Amino acid sequence: MNPLLRLRAWLRHSLREPRLDLPLLAALVVLALVGLVTLYSASDLDQHLLVNQALRFGLGGVLLLLLSRVPPNVLRNWTPWLYLGSLALLVAVALHGQGRGANRWLDLGVVRFQPSELVKLTLPMMIAWYLHVRELPPRWLMLGAVAMLILAPALLIASQPDLGTALLVIASGVFAVFLAGLAWWRIFTLLGAAAAAAPLLWHFMHEYQRDRWRTLLDPESDPLGNGWHIIQSEIAVGSGGLAGKGWHHGTQSRLEFLPEHTTDFVFAVFAEEWGLIGVVALLALYLFIVGRGLVIAANARDTYSRLLAGAISMAFFVYVMVNGGMITGLLPVVGVPLPLISYGGTSAVSLLAGFGVLMSIHAHRKFMSG
Amino acid sequence: MKPHKTRAGGIKDAQREAAQFRRRALLGFILIALCLAALAARFWNLQIARHAEFAARSDNNRISVRSIPPTRGLIYDRNGVLLAENVAAFRLEVVPEQVKDMAAMLAALAHVVALSDDDIERFDALRKSKRAFDSIPLRLKLSEDEIARFSTQRWRFPGVDVVPYLTRAYPRGTDFAHVVGYVGRIDAADAANLDADEYAGTTQIGKTGIERRYENRLHGTPGYEQVEVNVDKRVIGKPISRVAPTPGKNLYLTVDARLQHAAMEALAGRPGAVVAIDPRDGEVLALASAPSFDPNLFVNGIGRADYAALTSNPDKPLLDRAIAGGFTPGSTVKPYLGLGGLELGLRRPQDTVLSTGEFFIPGQTRGYRDDVRGGQGLVNLRQAIARSVNTYFYSLALDMGIDRFSAWMGNFGFGQPTGIDLPGEASGVLPSRAWKRAKMNQAFYPGETVIAGIGQGYWVITPIQLANALATLADGGVRHVPHLLRATQDGLNAPRAPVPRAGAARNFIRDPANWDAVRQGMIDVVNGGGTAQGLGDGFPYVIAGKTGTAERYSRTGEEWQNIMSAPISRHEVLFEAFTPADAPRIAVVVALKEGHSGAYDAAPIARHILDEWLKDDDTGSRSP
Repeated sequence: MNPLLRLRAWLRHSLREPRLDLPLLAALVVLALVGLVTLYSASDLDQHLLVNQALRFGLGGVLLLLLSRVPPNVLRNWTPWLYLGSLALLVAVALHGQGRGANRWLDLGVVRFQPSELVKLTLPMMIAWYLHVRELPPRWLMLGAVAMLILAPALLIASQPDLGTALLVIASGVFAVFLAGLAWWRIFTLLGAAAAAAPLLWHFMHEYQRDRWRTLLDPESDPLGNGWHIIQSEIAVGSGGLAGKGWHHGTQSRLEFLPEHTTDFVFAVFAEEWGLIGVVALLALYLFIVGRGLVIAANARDTYSRLLAGAISMAFFVYVMVNGGMITGLLPVVGVPLPLISYGGTSAVSLLAGFGVLMSIHAHRKFMSG
Repeated sequence: MKPHKTRAGGIKDAQREAAQFRRRALLGFILIALCLAALAARFWNLQIARHAEFAARSDNNRISVRSIPPTRGLIYDRNGVLLAENVAAFRLEVVPEQVKDMAAMLAALAHVVALSDDDIERFDALRKSKRAFDSIPLRLKLSEDEIARFSTQRWRFPGVDVVPYLTRAYPRGTDFAHVVGYVGRIDAADAANLDADEYAGTTQIGKTGIERRYENRLHGTPGYEQVEVNVDKRVIGKPISRVAPTPGKNLYLTVDARLQHAAMEALAGRPGAVVAIDPRDGEVLALASAPSFDPNLFVNGIGRADYAALTSNPDKPLLDRAIAGGFTPGSTVKPYLGLGGLELGLRRPQDTVLSTGEFFIPGQTRGYRDDVRGGQGLVNLRQAIARSVNTYFYSLALDMGIDRFSAWMGNFGFGQPTGIDLPGEASGVLPSRAWKRAKMNQAFYPGETVIAGIGQGYWVITPIQLANALATLADGGVRHVPHLLRATQDGLNAPRAPVPRAGAARNFIRDPANWDAVRQGMIDVVNGGGTAQGLGDGFPYVIAGKTGTAERYSRTGEEWQNIMSAPISRHEVLFEAFTPADAPRIAVVVALKEGHSGAYDAAPIARHILDEWLKDDDTGSRSP
């Protein structure tokens, strides 16, 4: 058969009969709609921005459907090459990257592409691939190998510098190891070592990153400078109260007191307009998505699928926690978007691609003929 | 599922791994749920526990209170003729906080709108007394061209805005420059003395005249509105709440614009003043000072050239001669002195004095001259007033003595401000022992008493003072405080509220017959062959008056020689008149800095005023 015709037939089949997890899909659709509604308000009714975001959701959705049709063992076979490929791209970014303030982008002529987003998927895949053939729970030697697999991309990303993405990448690797059943005594030894290394980490931080920690501890010391984001975000959240100010009545964002109110701080807009009730409902939705992802992981057919699905699901939580912690002044300002709500293309697309992998794992779960 | 070999050679137990995974996944889920619960707790802390604090800070962010300046009260004459009005204009305001480089901005702005050094100086001074986020006026009254030019380039000037406002205009211009005065830009000195809240948003304040005297009534009370502002302090949308300002009161003055205009016209720019008072209540009907100036020049900041022209003019157009111009009264004081002679029992009306052309103090050789060479023979009081016979008054003053003289003349208000409701009134000089002691630390000599009797020597009067004295005489010895404010009004259609009068002083004339004798003398001045004979021809009422011609310079001095070639400059000339003589309704004083004589220069001006007054009086339209 003509390859093009085959592709067409396959595409048609994929779109007509997606074997998807309907609860997860429904939760994602609801989340995307909440995201669009929130963004439309946060951008002060900017239709152009709304259409852009919807198009990205569309693209991510198509990617989700496509990936849901790729069997996990195909992914597994390709994993080392995908991982090495994404590493190569990160190196290319380090050499030829572009971007404002930070080198994150690779200009491919047609599109500009952020390889670190790709790593968010390929790294947990690689860890799962590495662990799935070995005897679990992992021992020190394996941990050392895993650490190298994690640190290679993480350091490249952190040096862009993009601490937020590096953090997410590391988290996805760490979750894979955790789910692989790493012994508790090893976990606590590692945590202790990390705590001991914290001053060393401080030493390697950029000055602006240190300022963010200082600001977190006392935002009022520089209310118009470094403290501004945190203070205005807390005011937005706090003034929302129990029921919120109502959709498009959030004065902090509409009057531009809140910076970055369509991207990193969109959660503050949501909290201001929908209040604690809205926030709890949204957190519950996120928890449901994570939980549903873990259920899919638990029902997966093999170790590779399990670890991959589990790592993707738990990494999703890290987005919510880091972003929510940031806008409420619990964590320092790190550029981590609120999943499917913050404006921005790459993270939405890569997140949906991750859920595509989850859908595929669901489709090829236990007791089903693959 | 069956176990299979791992790469390390160990055995992989799929079932155990799956079970292990499920435990870890469940544990992970619980940990995640706990973390999200902690995050929710943080939201609870911000949104519920500390909600009030953040709600207040949010409102603080977005709500800004702006003053709405009140509309300044209008000023009318007694008949409702508009003397001061408000007209719409545009000004340029700057919020210093929003300007990065003030010097560069001003330099660039100067290419778009005209900015004088004055504008920038005033702006800099005001900046020091205001807060950085206050909007401070830079240029007032932009032209239409300037507004158009600025509008197209507004983006270049963040923090600079064109703001509409009401500015003052004086439709009667020069006629009322000294009475109504003018408003001007609030300068740093004003700002230091003002209640900043009352004047937030107001750029102009009364500087002189009625505008300054009744500033507190004209200004009104500012309102305020709560507006929503964005992070750049720009106002977004409609006001949230608004308390309307209370406009200033409209003022109705006692002056008659037509009479005032007639007075200005009659003065024709000659340095001098005209004052007309209703003797029955002290209402000032006209208060003219010449030369005058255009008060509209001052409202939005007068240019340097215009200001220099006014201050360097030797005729001092900015001086209000009616209340602050010093004149030597000359013979105009004679009726008051004559009345004193009768009241103090020093003379009877029929007592005569021989005028020989020269008067000597007993035992002294220096002579005091009469106006007519060789004297005017035997004259009684009535004749002495009518013909202005010096000898009669030399002798009377000497008999009275300086102490009784100054006490008596003080009854008419000489030597002290009349209390007219205008700022800047001068007090003049009533010769007295105490005054000379304080001023020169010298005794008072009899010769000085003698010449005080004919209004010479140390005497200095202001036209309003003389007019007040004349009105007091005309009203039979009751002194009213001359005043300009007649009524106030809270709004255009509100009723006028008359201003309560200050109580009149007690009548100090004991015997009306004495008053009548003096009055007869003054009638004779105009109608009985006196110094202003013929002035009352064709006038329906009997006019009583008195001329005054005061020497400006000592006859022995150098100036006297120098001005011989220009005799018009030789005298200060005055005329005082009231009418109708039997029940006076108007008292007029005309004072000119230079002239031939009171009768020749000043009296016709007075007649002109009276003719103009008559038009209103006849029609009865002038309210009593």
